[in-house]
Amino acid sequence: MEMTLNVNGRDHRLSLDSRTTLLDALREHIGLTGSKKGCDQGQCGACTVHLAGRRVLSCLTLAAAVQGRAVTTVEGLAQGENLHPMQAAFIAHDAFQCGYCTPGQLMSAVACVREGHAASDEAIREYMSGNLCRCGAYPKIVAAIREAAPQMAPKMERA
Amino acid sequence: MRPFRYEHAADREAALQAGRSAAAAAGEAHVRAPVQYLAGGTTLIDLMKLDVMRPEVVVDINGLARQHGEIRSGPDGLQLGALVRMADAAEHPAVRRDYPVIAQSLELAASQQLRNMASLGGNVLQRTRCNYFRDVTWAACNKRAPGSGCAAIGGPDRGMAVLGVSEHCIANYPGDFAGALAALGATVDIEGPGGRRVIPFEELHRLPGDTPHIETNLAPGELITGFSVPAGPWTRRSLYLKIRDRQSYEFAIASAAVALDLDAGVVREARVALGGMVAKPWRSHEAEAALRGHPLTEGSAQAAAAAAFAQAVVHGEDRFKPELGRRTLVRALLQCAAMEI
Repeated sequence: MEMTLNVNGRDHRLSLDSRTTLLDALREHIGLTGSKKGCDQGQCGACTVHLAGRRVLSCLTLAAAVQGRAVTTVEGLAQGENLHPMQAAFIAHDAFQCGYCTPGQLMSAVACVREGHAASDEAIREYMSGNLCRCGAYPKIVAAIREAAPQMAPKMERA
Repeated sequence: MRPFRYEHAADREAALQAGRSAAAAAGEAHVRAPVQYLAGGTTLIDLMKLDVMRPEVVVDINGLARQHGEIRSGPDGLQLGALVRMADAAEHPAVRRDYPVIAQSLELAASQQLRNMASLGGNVLQRTRCNYFRDVTWAACNKRAPGSGCAAIGGPDRGMAVLGVSEHCIANYPGDFAGALAALGATVDIEGPGGRRVIPFEELHRLPGDTPHIETNLAPGELITGFSVPAGPWTRRSLYLKIRDRQSYEFAIASAAVALDLDAGVVREARVALGGMVAKPWRSHEAEAALRGHPLTEGSAQAAAAAAFAQAVVHGEDRFKPELGRRTLVRALLQCAAMEI
């Protein structure tokens, strides 16, 4: 199938099998390997990206089904050399060990704040529960989100 | 995943046209039709990867959100378009205020990513999490391969159903939202090659009986376009209690959707549905009848719970479930009675 995917503000013209998931399109065909393949069954959250501004699981999304809608991956969070406040907070708080789940955690965390679900530790834990971390960095992830939330003024962000 | 043809339907008419070839497979189960509708994909793509579902054509119906993507609340009740996403219904102010059992059933389900993806129409059609069904290396599964037997019976069965099961299938229906719809007496809007029809939500799903592969009364090619929830004096005093093995992002091991209309502590009307151990979305008319006309006390709640599970069938590891279900229902009823509305 011929299709055009808009990823991090850029159009990519691709010829893909109808079976290709958005995750495989990003990683294998566009070369953006930030989004991770954990379970590939919609259970771990490592593949979380933003679709039209909302967090979704790219492993359960067909590439063909997202044509015409903006996809943002972890590669689209920073502005040049300037890290997104959430990325900076994850580093400041050591909110990861192996780092494999981190791109999904970051995309989910940014969305969690924008949705208004980061007002308390309890809310963060509930609304981040779709992102598993086998290293168990959860307390530091919660701390990083608490710190980054007030810094996420709309002007600092890209759609 | 097996190859399939992807089609995008711009509107309902295009979707039904594409689904018409599925109707040719009359007599076949809706879920086994060669043409399948794709909304959020959180069940369909998952099961296609596992080789459990094998459609030849996948019709993307997300374009139908323009026709069937609205939430409307009025004096007669609540209308939910089938393409409304779980997350949006869960956060809708009128749903939260007037139908808390619906909002809670949605926000306690899955994760925010999945709730952003999954449509309400697809949600009620989600398929069992029974491992013997999802793992095709188990040869025996009457739901996946009709006539092959049931590997779950006699195997580890902690996650299985105890209400509505048959000797051919003990799979649990995993959804939460469906319990809220069943309790509130919702109806389902269905469009298909044969036209439009409306059925009670309780009649959407079928008991497994000796045909567990036929899960609903939808015909191949038919499409859920929305749900109507009638207004009633019980909808505001309602809640969804979900018991699970971890606190978030987990299916229910027991659940209760309850709504009460109380007059000075006496039950004028009660609505009860159970989950986590049911072969299909399970409204308990027995529990409702046991409550009606009685003061809502721990004793009457226990009597209702006993009535709800009188027909429970256990197999092995699942022996604890009727008691867990009864306690879950008692707690839900007492919490609901104590709500300030």
